[in-house]
Amino acid sequence: MSILRKSLAIALLPVSMSLASITSAADYVIDTKGSHAFIQFKIQHLGYSWLLGRFNEFEGTFSYDDKKPADSEVNVIIKTASVDSNHAERDKHLRSKDFLNVSKHPTATFKSKKITDNGNGSAKLIGDLTLNGVTKEITIDVSKIGEGKDPWGGYRAGFEGTTKFALKDFNISKDLGPASQEVEMYLSIEGIRKS
Amino acid sequence: MPKLKNTKDEYGWISISLHWLVAISVIGLFILGLWMRTLSYYDPWYQLGPHIHKSLGVILFTVLILRVLVRLFNPPPTPLLTLSKFERVAAHSVHILLYVLLFCIMISGYLISTADGRPIEVFNWFNIPATITGIENQEDLAGEIHYYLALSVIILAGIHALAAFKHHIIDKDNTLKRILGLSKPSP
Repeated sequence: MSILRKSLAIALLPVSMSLASITSAADYVIDTKGSHAFIQFKIQHLGYSWLLGRFNEFEGTFSYDDKKPADSEVNVIIKTASVDSNHAERDKHLRSKDFLNVSKHPTATFKSKKITDNGNGSAKLIGDLTLNGVTKEITIDVSKIGEGKDPWGGYRAGFEGTTKFALKDFNISKDLGPASQEVEMYLSIEGIRKS
Repeated sequence: MPKLKNTKDEYGWISISLHWLVAISVIGLFILGLWMRTLSYYDPWYQLGPHIHKSLGVILFTVLILRVLVRLFNPPPTPLLTLSKFERVAAHSVHILLYVLLFCIMISGYLISTADGRPIEVFNWFNIPATITGIENQEDLAGEIHYYLALSVIILAGIHALAAFKHHIIDKDNTLKRILGLSKPSP
């Protein structure tokens, strides 16, 4: 960086700081109404294939400012009984005490605590996941897909994220075998900016 | 020796066989149902247990319909004259309730397995298609009903059996012998 650009940057610093405080991070509502948001999981079946499923009912909000992605915040609440693996008998089992114990723990929540920007449109989103009554810190690898005006007068921003954790970490007792100790999550989240 | 059909005083062999076939099947299905839920994922019975449970359940349903038809066209013998009014009413109510419970258990079981439109495969022999699907949390609701009604029917059948023993041991009458086909023809 040249001296000129550096001094310019320093000179502009108060301006950008004041701008930042004016254009503070926008608040977004996750578009579950129009279903432009998905919470999917996959886990190995016997080590021979992937079993896919999703949670159909959840809601959440996030705040985001592309100038300061590290200041973002995310809150999501998932209705655990909405688990759907495209098989009623299995879903019944997933809702039972062997897995999600949904009558005792009807919701799972995620609250962000810290975001480390990787600088290339991706970030590490660290937060507390409460699942099956157990709260543990997880790290979600997030990348931004895009943001901008939608054709209907709104403004949207969207991200995808992946994470994985062991079932045992959340007191899920059922043993599905050595290849199926960990579940991977894929999250596709689009938010509509609050006006 | 009893005849094939029920008479005024005796159960016939058709009713006796159907009674014990249903009794043994219901107790067997109850034990199998409880046991199969405890199996580990890698147990060889993990898939076989539910498969047999569902298949037998469907077959029992047809047997039970047959039993109701037999009962309608060839009614059971009249209650022993030694029975009090209360005993007659109680016995009859329990019999009817056992039928009703069994039908409700079978229907609720069917609604678990067919909740997402999948048919029930009966011993890889024929399929029972789904009909009612998509009730909110159908498989869970039907599952709860199936479990508690199954508990109820076993308790009620236990009372039914205890009553039979009471007649046999204390009253020393023909009630139990009749359903075993051992009653002596009335003089």
